[in-house]
Amino acid sequence: MKTSRFLLALGLLAALVSNPARAQNSNVILIQNATILTVTHGNIERGSILIRDGKIADVGTDVKAPEGATVIDATGQFVMPGIIDCHSHIAVDGSVNEGGPSVSSMARIPDVLNPDDIDIYRDLAGGVTTANILHGSANSIGGQTVVIKLRWGKPAADLPFQGAMPGIKFALGENPKRSGFTPPPGVPQRYPVTRLGVEETIRQAFTEAREYKKEWDDYDRRKAAGEPNLIPPRRNVTLDPLVEVLEGKRYVHAHCYRADEILMLLRVAKEFGFKVRTFQHVLEGYKIADELAAAGVGASTFSDWWAYKMEAYDAIPYNATLMTERGVVVSINSDDAEEATHLNQEAAKSMKYGGLSSNDALKLVTLNPAIQLGIDNRVGSIDVGKDADLAIYNHDPLSVYAVVQKMLIDGQVYFDRQRDIALRPALEKEKQELLDKEKKAAEPEKKSEEKPAAKPERKKKPGKPDAGETGTAEGGAL
Amino acid sequence: MGLMLNRAPFFVFLSVIVAAACVMWSGRARGEGGEPPYFAITNARIIPVSGPPIESGTVVVAKGLIQAVGTNVAIPPEAWVVDGKGLTVYPGLIDAGTNIGLQQEGGEAQAPAAGGRGARRAAPAGPIARGPEDRPATTPWRVAADEFKPDDKRIESWRNAGFTTVLSAPEGGIFPGQGSVVDLAGERAGDFVVKPAATLQVSFRPAGGFFGFPDSLMGTIAYVRQVLDDASWYAQSESIYLANPAKNQRIPYDRAERVVSEALANKEIVVLPANNSVQILRALRLADEWKISAALFGGQQGYAVADAVAAKRMPVIVSLKWPERPKDVDPEAEQSLRDLRFRDRAPGTPAAFAKAGVKFAFSSDGLSGPKDILKNVKKALDAGLAPDAALRAFTKDAAEILGVSEQLGAVEPGKIANLVVTDGDIFNEKTKVKDVFVDGRFFEIHPEAAPEKPPHGGGEPKPMRADEAQAGALSSGVSR
Repeated sequence: MKTSRFLLALGLLAALVSNPARAQNSNVILIQNATILTVTHGNIERGSILIRDGKIADVGTDVKAPEGATVIDATGQFVMPGIIDCHSHIAVDGSVNEGGPSVSSMARIPDVLNPDDIDIYRDLAGGVTTANILHGSANSIGGQTVVIKLRWGKPAADLPFQGAMPGIKFALGENPKRSGFTPPPGVPQRYPVTRLGVEETIRQAFTEAREYKKEWDDYDRRKAAGEPNLIPPRRNVTLDPLVEVLEGKRYVHAHCYRADEILMLLRVAKEFGFKVRTFQHVLEGYKIADELAAAGVGASTFSDWWAYKMEAYDAIPYNATLMTERGVVVSINSDDAEEATHLNQEAAKSMKYGGLSSNDALKLVTLNPAIQLGIDNRVGSIDVGKDADLAIYNHDPLSVYAVVQKMLIDGQVYFDRQRDIALRPALEKEKQELLDKEKKAAEPEKKSEEKPAAKPERKKKPGKPDAGETGTAEGGAL
Repeated sequence: MGLMLNRAPFFVFLSVIVAAACVMWSGRARGEGGEPPYFAITNARIIPVSGPPIESGTVVVAKGLIQAVGTNVAIPPEAWVVDGKGLTVYPGLIDAGTNIGLQQEGGEAQAPAAGGRGARRAAPAGPIARGPEDRPATTPWRVAADEFKPDDKRIESWRNAGFTTVLSAPEGGIFPGQGSVVDLAGERAGDFVVKPAATLQVSFRPAGGFFGFPDSLMGTIAYVRQVLDDASWYAQSESIYLANPAKNQRIPYDRAERVVSEALANKEIVVLPANNSVQILRALRLADEWKISAALFGGQQGYAVADAVAAKRMPVIVSLKWPERPKDVDPEAEQSLRDLRFRDRAPGTPAAFAKAGVKFAFSSDGLSGPKDILKNVKKALDAGLAPDAALRAFTKDAAEILGVSEQLGAVEPGKIANLVVTDGDIFNEKTKVKDVFVDGRFFEIHPEAAPEKPPHGGGEPKPMRADEAQAGALSSGVSR
């Protein structure tokens, strides 16, 4: 793990020039001779995966390369579906929290995607191909979220996972009630400051959203009936996404810790007629696994991270396993750019804590988060017809010795460890040249800067009469 | 110093002539300082920008406008003739992004309700914004022309360097106000103004700190979206109401909505800040989504996305304050390759824009004076920008972007008489600006070490240079 991280740090530089388009232009690729971890139908020894136009076209032991196909020899290596991180904050320009109001649903992560964030490349190099980019947890109802593919090198507009349902972040507990945030003198504490207040804030927001939706429905109906001169309701960018939640067009991803407030949100959702898609963190989920399973809600949790605040004291590393055993669709997420570089190992921990099978452990970071994000028809396993989003490791990805060798998204190689290493000297050289150039450029400038300093008295000109509309040129045109 | 000594006798002579001229013109209507309304610059190389250069021609200025340009034009008998032999006439330069004439940040005029750059550190003056409905940091009704102070020292220093026109824009807040196109001469503030409502300024800088809205980039964008929506709603609803006042409740008056909706209806240019490639592409998307006529401000990483900018036909006001290595940074601190590349390549952006067909102007925002502007333009020229493209950016293209191309940006009949007369190529650092015309007002520019002027002559025009006076070059104007 240490080695892997060290190499990733080195790879940082290489990231700046890696160009996926240059690496792989062929639309037919065969990955051959690999151990294939399909997730859905077992492991295939010495198998091959045929990729055509970005999709998995064939998987098996007797798949042959068609003429003209690019062949990636993966002898002795392991191929698994690209990891899906159900809780990430990478690739965001500016703050991930709009912390002003406790309902910040107007804020949109898609507005501020930053394709230049180096964490995209680092997480990609750690096996991740898809990430659910969430707003922070400062608000009872937070901002709008987006699922992206880690297409490093592509502009922001090309990052979103086409067809994935948009989401919205909710948060319960200490973060939205601003525990530990003391405003400066004279500034009132933001409402709410209690768990009761968080519930009330969510109720209030959906009550307004319902009213707002009614106003619009009424307007649309009257307009359709041909009524003239109607003044339309105002559009409200805060309530629009909540109406989408009510209409089932936007997933709710709710940050939470304690069992009591998880049950609270399930009750509120039922009352207002919307669904919670996933509970995030959900560290006490093992206490209410049956209720979660009955509600059909996903649980996206940490492997073994707890006690970092009061509401995280009851967390146990068996959480993922216990919830899985009760029928909850569980994923392990990172919530952190570094953690996301070894989610394969985080998944493996559930084999130690609770004894999940290796395939079920793999599911925690592949098929299960795909189900939670509603994209399991596209990604999450190695099946014919799915997107060719693949991670190639040198060892079994559930082992601590596994290091990513190549990453494919939509059948394109977006990370190649050998290429990364090969590019480093050129980048170091370029950097040194630019540093030298900058240093050299600064030298004559220094001299000219010293000149005026030597004659400061020239600037004063005491007793000079008002120059009127004629003036003194500063020297040179412009 | 040697120059001054050489020229000193000329100025003694000049003073006498000027004193005489003052007496003769005392009964005339005067502009800034009493210029005659007619001028002719003869025998000069003319760079009209809107057409090919004229090697030796005449420009006639009449009552603030350019009356005639060419090799064979009649000089009005009352015109004051400036011998332009060896000189070049350019359109007055336009600086498309300044706060010239406006109170600097932190001043009284710069305190929007919920913060703004200056107000952030101090305790918030007004109530803290809790959401878009509170309209934080929104003062679109502020118009630079209304706050313009003619005593800003920069008016003179910019003008002396050949700038006759600037976009002056309010700062502070998310909707700081509207930028005005102002000429750099006049008596009353109103004389300066060419176009009061030229641009609607927008900033994406969060205003609220961590305890008020918006405190994030995405919150700020969402807020701008809400305000633009509200403005459209206001315009639409008000017209429905006014047509049917007996049937509907009236629309509550809202200053921000009214002003923004009018600005959008008038196709006022919405200036969106966008400096790096991510910001530029984002601004292109937002301008599309919001259906606004926009211009980008900054644009320095445009070299990476010039084609995308060109494809959207998005004009850019390029900031000439090129990125530099921070001065107070630890010399041992690791420099990222990304920053190094940006600093190295940013001056190549204007050339890349020119090549891709992006229309751009320049802004001096953040630079201390014209000297730095020239120095930084030089970097763009060194990075491949053709001088004629640079000149267009400072004249014709700037005028087009700011919606004043009918009036400004070229040396051609009918344009406002904003001219700069130099003794050489305008981008050469050795070139001196000799004369500047603003709205037909004449300004003679002295070299740095000019001697003191006679007691009463200081504020009066000096329509001839010493060498002309000696050569007897002045004709009809004086003899009248």
